[in-house]
Amino acid sequence: MVQATGGGVPKVIDCDIHCVVPAVEALFPYLPPVWREYIAQSAFKGPEVDPYPAGAPTSAWPQTRPAGGGPPGSDLALLRAQALDVGRVSHGILQCSYAIESVHNPDAAAALAGAVNDWLSAEWLAREPRLRASMVVPSRQPEMAAREIERLGGHPGFVQVYLPVRSESPYGNRRYHPIFEAAVRHDLAVGIHFGGAPGNPPTPSGWPSSYLEEYAGMAQVFQSQVISLISEGVFDRFPTLRVALIEGGVSWLPSLMWRMDKEWKGLRREIPWVRRPPSAYIREHLRLTIQPFDAPPEPRQLMQIIDQLGSEDLLMFASDYPHRHTGTWEPELPLATLPDALRTRIMGETARAYYRL
Amino acid sequence: MTDTLQHTTTTARTALRVVDADIHNALPSGEALYPYLAERWRRHHAMFGLPDYPGSSYPRLSPNAARSDAWPPSGLPPGADLAFLRAQLLDTWGIAHGILNPLIGVDGPNVEYSAALARAVNDWQIDAWLAPEPRLRAAIVVPYQDAELAAAEIDRLGDDPRFVQVLLLARTVEPLGRRRFWKIYEAATRHDLPIGIHFGGSGGSPFTGAGWPSFYFEDHAGMAQAFQAQVISLVCEGVFERYPTLKVVLIEGGFAWLPPLMWRLDRSWAQLRDAAPDLRELPSTYIRRHIWLTTQPMEEPARPEFFGQLLEHLDMDDRLMFATDYPHWDFDAPDRAFPAHLPAEAGRRIMAGNAQALYHLPDD
Repeated sequence: MVQATGGGVPKVIDCDIHCVVPAVEALFPYLPPVWREYIAQSAFKGPEVDPYPAGAPTSAWPQTRPAGGGPPGSDLALLRAQALDVGRVSHGILQCSYAIESVHNPDAAAALAGAVNDWLSAEWLAREPRLRASMVVPSRQPEMAAREIERLGGHPGFVQVYLPVRSESPYGNRRYHPIFEAAVRHDLAVGIHFGGAPGNPPTPSGWPSSYLEEYAGMAQVFQSQVISLISEGVFDRFPTLRVALIEGGVSWLPSLMWRMDKEWKGLRREIPWVRRPPSAYIREHLRLTIQPFDAPPEPRQLMQIIDQLGSEDLLMFASDYPHRHTGTWEPELPLATLPDALRTRIMGETARAYYRL
Repeated sequence: MTDTLQHTTTTARTALRVVDADIHNALPSGEALYPYLAERWRRHHAMFGLPDYPGSSYPRLSPNAARSDAWPPSGLPPGADLAFLRAQLLDTWGIAHGILNPLIGVDGPNVEYSAALARAVNDWQIDAWLAPEPRLRAAIVVPYQDAELAAAEIDRLGDDPRFVQVLLLARTVEPLGRRRFWKIYEAATRHDLPIGIHFGGSGGSPFTGAGWPSFYFEDHAGMAQAFQAQVISLVCEGVFERYPTLKVVLIEGGFAWLPPLMWRLDRSWAQLRDAAPDLRELPSTYIRRHIWLTTQPMEEPARPEFFGQLLEHLDMDDRLMFATDYPHWDFDAPDRAFPAHLPAEAGRRIMAGNAQALYHLPDD
């Protein structure tokens, strides 16, 4: 993990720590009786999908399994010890990948989202002052999602709205405007995160055969979301909106910016509200977490990619606890080799400003 | 705007030999295929048109997605007039050889119809393009949704040296690494023909992994993601292990997205090897061994030195092939396409040498 470099005020902000609902029964204290009863009596047990198959090597480091049972990321004491009490972490931002978007019943989705958020608030945020969280929302129903954002927008523990990167429509689509409107009204960031099970396939050519392809292919979906947000003019419509790309990789971003800037020159007639080159919006409004990075094998080439980003403000540290993306526990990005000023930004300065911490 | 477009009047040839790896020959009209179609299929075409997945098209920037100066005075559509193409493209740029990749919809779900159309397109290409113009070569179009019918067409024409590759499209009904397509690769390798995967297509799925986009901008810029998914599929399904002589050309997809994809795939496979047990080498090794790319539409980095870095990260100087994409609006001119000066040896290879080697083109 991040190595402490001496005493002083904790400065590290971990922008992606996973908090996992161990079972739907954990949400019962926060669900209305009608849903408790329906879950108990019907075949409906909440989402049945998980972007992280329980047995896959990438889903969890073995040492993150709680000794007392429950999935990795479900035990606060263990999460404290392994993610917060290391390396002078001042804040950790919880991401909960409970697949609300896979629930097609709109009222069930809204009830579950509310329950997850109340569970996060009571059993995580209230018990650990270093934690903040992204709130989950019924994203298939943007108006209902906006109501959930309204309900919790004043809660200081929630700093962001969680949206899974795989969605029914790309998030730039106007149907999602109520979500951005509500987020901006409460000065919440929007975090687009690895995963999602909306029902439509993860590639433009349908369904791949294996989880490896789905995992590797998730980067393309992030790219599609960036293209959508920019071309639909979301940042022109909501000039204070912040969108974080979480657990999506980093090294694909420079080439996407080059391509989008070139396409914009030729095709901007179709999207006239995009008044500046796409890369300008990206550097201003987007932030990316660094784990995984998808780094080139050579350190010199890695520094070139970082240089190609064109901004020292784009990256934010994340452990992505308890997930495993490489052979070592340390972040893929070799932080100790970076220039001091850049490393300081990545480890906490950028996130402190971005999430108003 | 009242000024007329100035045609390139000076010979804007480059000093280097040029092979154009992506030219789009077009039908003068749907009926141009009728001499090559049985009556049953002429009737079908007259009633129902070309096969398609309705609701999956985005209006192009310009009619026929063409340069505005590519409409021939003869009145034929852009790319349909051989004499005009000779003058505006081949002769103007001194192009030694050009590869025709006709984008005529034969990738639909009615496979018998698609097979008949594919045969007709290929026979039309022989008569209208390959016979009269020795500088041209062509791709074999195939009804890809039925691999056996596609293989039959590849076997029919595979030994004709004027056909130099098999044409597939970037958006397909399933990712192209899947088993149902393997007989196509088998047939292609039987004739030592590369598989060309070209920008475009529609397989019925939304155009992104997050649903349908709204704009042509997204359709066009978003093709890179379609290509990435195909590369992932071909590699992870072990297609290059199963067909060790198979060559794949990614046409009109750009290429700056490929180094980060190689890094991501290598890292992913290291963790998830169980999901691709047939692979014995790194994904990037297969990619560099089996995949070629055309250069257009070339990404334009913010700084010229980034282009050199990109080529180094890609490390595929012997796999890049220059292409104009004539007559489309995002045409790359041989003398202006590259954002930075290419070193001499790389320039020779990219402008002609790599394509000559891949497509067995003479050096005369």
